Amino acid sequence: MSLILLIEQILNGLQFGVMLFLTAAGLTLVFGVMGLINLAHGSLFMVGAFAAATVAGATGSFVLALAASLAAAAAAGALVEILVIRRLYSRDHLDQVLATFALILIFSEGTRWLFGSFPLYLNIPDYLAGPVTLPGGIQYPLYRLTLIAIGLLVAFGLYLLISRTRLGIQIRAGESDREMIAALGVDISKLYTIVFALGAALAGFAGALVGAIQSVQVGMGEPVLILAFVVIVIGGIGSIKGALIGSLLVGLTDTLGGVLLPEFFKLFMDNASATSVGSSLSTMLIYILMAIVLVMKPTGLFGAKA
Amino acid sequence: MKRETMINALLALGLLAVPLWALIADEPFYITLATRVAIFALAGVGLNIAIGLGGLVSFGHAAFFGLGGYAMGVLASHAQSYTPMMEWPFLIEGSNSMPVIWITAVIASGLAALVIGALSLRTAGVYFIMITLAFGQMLYYFTISWPAYGGEDGLSIYIRNGFPGLNTLDPIQFFAITFVILGLALVFSTLLAKSPFGLALNAARQSSERVETIGITPYRLRLTAFVISGMITGLAGALFADLNRFVSPTMFSWQTSGEIMVFIILGGTARLFGPVAGAALFIALEQVLGGLSDYWHIYLGLLLLCVVLFARGGIIGTLAGEEARHD
Amino acid sequence: MTDPVLSVRGISKSFGALKASDDVNLDLQPGEIHALIGPNGAGKSTLIKQIAGGLRPDSGQVHFLGKDVTLLSTVARARMGLARTFQISSLAMEDTVLQNALLGALGAQGKPFRFFHPVLKDSALRDIAETALSRVNLLDHATMRTSELSHGQRRQLEVAVALTLNPKAFIMDEPMAGLGTSGSQNLTTFLDELRHEAPILLVEHDMDAVFALADRISVLVYGKIIATGSVDEIRAHPEVRRAYLGEDA
Repeated sequence: MSLILLIEQILNGLQFGVMLFLTAAGLTLVFGVMGLINLAHGSLFMVGAFAAATVAGATGSFVLALAASLAAAAAAGALVEILVIRRLYSRDHLDQVLATFALILIFSEGTRWLFGSFPLYLNIPDYLAGPVTLPGGIQYPLYRLTLIAIGLLVAFGLYLLISRTRLGIQIRAGESDREMIAALGVDISKLYTIVFALGAALAGFAGALVGAIQSVQVGMGEPVLILAFVVIVIGGIGSIKGALIGSLLVGLTDTLGGVLLPEFFKLFMDNASATSVGSSLSTMLIYILMAIVLVMKPTGLFGAKA
Repeated sequence: MKRETMINALLALGLLAVPLWALIADEPFYITLATRVAIFALAGVGLNIAIGLGGLVSFGHAAFFGLGGYAMGVLASHAQSYTPMMEWPFLIEGSNSMPVIWITAVIASGLAALVIGALSLRTAGVYFIMITLAFGQMLYYFTISWPAYGGEDGLSIYIRNGFPGLNTLDPIQFFAITFVILGLALVFSTLLAKSPFGLALNAARQSSERVETIGITPYRLRLTAFVISGMITGLAGALFADLNRFVSPTMFSWQTSGEIMVFIILGGTARLFGPVAGAALFIALEQVLGGLSDYWHIYLGLLLLCVVLFARGGIIGTLAGEEARHD
Repeated sequence: MTDPVLSVRGISKSFGALKASDDVNLDLQPGEIHALIGPNGAGKSTLIKQIAGGLRPDSGQVHFLGKDVTLLSTVARARMGLARTFQISSLAMEDTVLQNALLGALGAQGKPFRFFHPVLKDSALRDIAETALSRVNLLDHATMRTSELSHGQRRQLEVAVALTLNPKAFIMDEPMAGLGTSGSQNLTTFLDELRHEAPILLVEHDMDAVFALADRISVLVYGKIIATGSVDEIRAHPEVRRAYLGEDA
């Protein structure tokens, strides 16, 4: 294994990680502020991707497509929050799981009904296509590099939003003491809708960005949702910082595991079985990581006490 | 309580009457549907021990359903190709005998539940939901990427496995097997709810602190319940695989976990016959709505949403009144 | 002086800057009722958690029946015979009164892993449960759902569950609260007898009951025991009057 390949894989892992972060951030925010477990978060990821693919197809503009993904996912999020989700805050987790599971069915089949079962394609714009040469002579796709930069920028923006703005203060207050923010005269139901729409917009944005390197299809959101769950379980539910670190850990573990484990098994197996054993095990690696974190810290790396 | 008993009896009779009618009317398709109801209900009875009695919201029971399925798939595929599963350190042959497969399925899913439960039960609430979900996915991806048993394509078994004295390929006889197993599981789950273990587990669901204060460790109760629950769902998985003569990673998917949960909720959480009512309704909807529209999951979603938001006791809760649970 | 049943030696516990328990020493002698009083926020609940399990002290030890139990779990202490009643009821609210009492009997018996025999038909467990219920006058309500009981009745049920454990010592957290005058008089008479079965560490706000029952009283203020003594000594103690009784006197 060459160093160049290794660096390339690390960059892939980072790119995967920051996209996971965009999805996990909304999930963990919604849980931290509203105490809600939202399985339909993956559907919002999908909504963003479909909105982007549709607008890109109609206008040819990638920037407009991204704007559409943000708007569509935020709108879908706000709508769902007002119609369904706000009735679930006071319910137990079982009810939340089932109601949001029902939402997945509705979103997925509704999308299939509107767009059919065939995947849509969202093309990388010309100005982001092709590789760039990094220091050390490493060739790396410009688009993926852009994703890493966007992801880190969003993470920084989210940090500023939560630590520096009025909305951020309200969100932090909401995490620790709901009655207090009511006493401060904050309109809680409006705050909840905003937080939910914000999380939805981030997920939809991630969906659009990732949609350009995968295909856009029904069911694309759920694998991401489940990885996002793993991320926030590792990072600690409710913690944005935990979501970032968890995302990067999961992204790197998954990507590097897929490359390094088969190599590792080749040390004492023949090539074919090493590849098969290694790649099977590598799909389990992040779950093993999660299990280890939980054994050490049952509430995640940055989670509050139970 | 009386009224619920009556509803339960009607459900059991209905589940028996449909295939008998189908047998007379020569409509084997409906026998297969009733068999599916019985198997799904069995999976739900398993999960209901964790959720209804133990308060353990497992979103990963597909793991046990799938392991049961693969226990059948692996044993039967070795039997049909006459290759042993293992020759060293001792010889293990495949099998096409249902009892052997069931025992294997129960043991395999029980062991998996022991490991998954031991780790997951260190946490509670929403962490528990997500972790069980993640473990289910772990097995899903593992079966997809493990090529020895069909990988993503799954495994086909050409002949349904045998049960001594019965012709399992005859739909009504196979239905009878699933119906009897479901009946036994329901009896077991009634006994369990009334037993000392059920009393303690049910109390631990309501107040962990209380159970500790009287000198019982809630963790052990919950782990035991989780293992029992996983075993029953695993057995259902083996039967489901035998019904279809096919296993694939789909059995492990998170949608499967969600659907088993949906059976319980549609029927009524913590109600003995909840999974039976829920599975029957699910299959009925699939037939009726599925015939009307390719997108029947939209309607299923809407119905589920309405049940969760407005009719929290499910079918049995709505019919039998609000008074639930164990007396 | 005989060996104490329960003794707390130099327990300290801090949460950040707050000293919830500050070098607390306390013991419980056979046959006595030792009352622990103190204003709200004095750290009584924190102290009880450290004695019964569930919270580990930063320093100091808890000895029960001559054994150091500081590192033992709540479950292990309960099995040794330390029974606790809760201030905020922790009963299984959906279950019947009898089921709650049966649960206690089951805990005392120590064999919860039985899956087939109905617990309601287990006459050994039922005898223990029903005896305990009748001792606190709840037998008539045995088939009632616990959530339908009044607050006072729930306290009585808490005591009944503790009785089923046949314990070596009781820790009771405000058993009188919500009982009303005649109820608390009945319970006072009952506890007066009960001390001969096992000594009671009694946390209580009802001063009439405390003065009527206690052999000794300890006063906890800001996590520190400021005085321990007989009823008369405590009544006369100047620091106690200033810090605590001053509110009433």
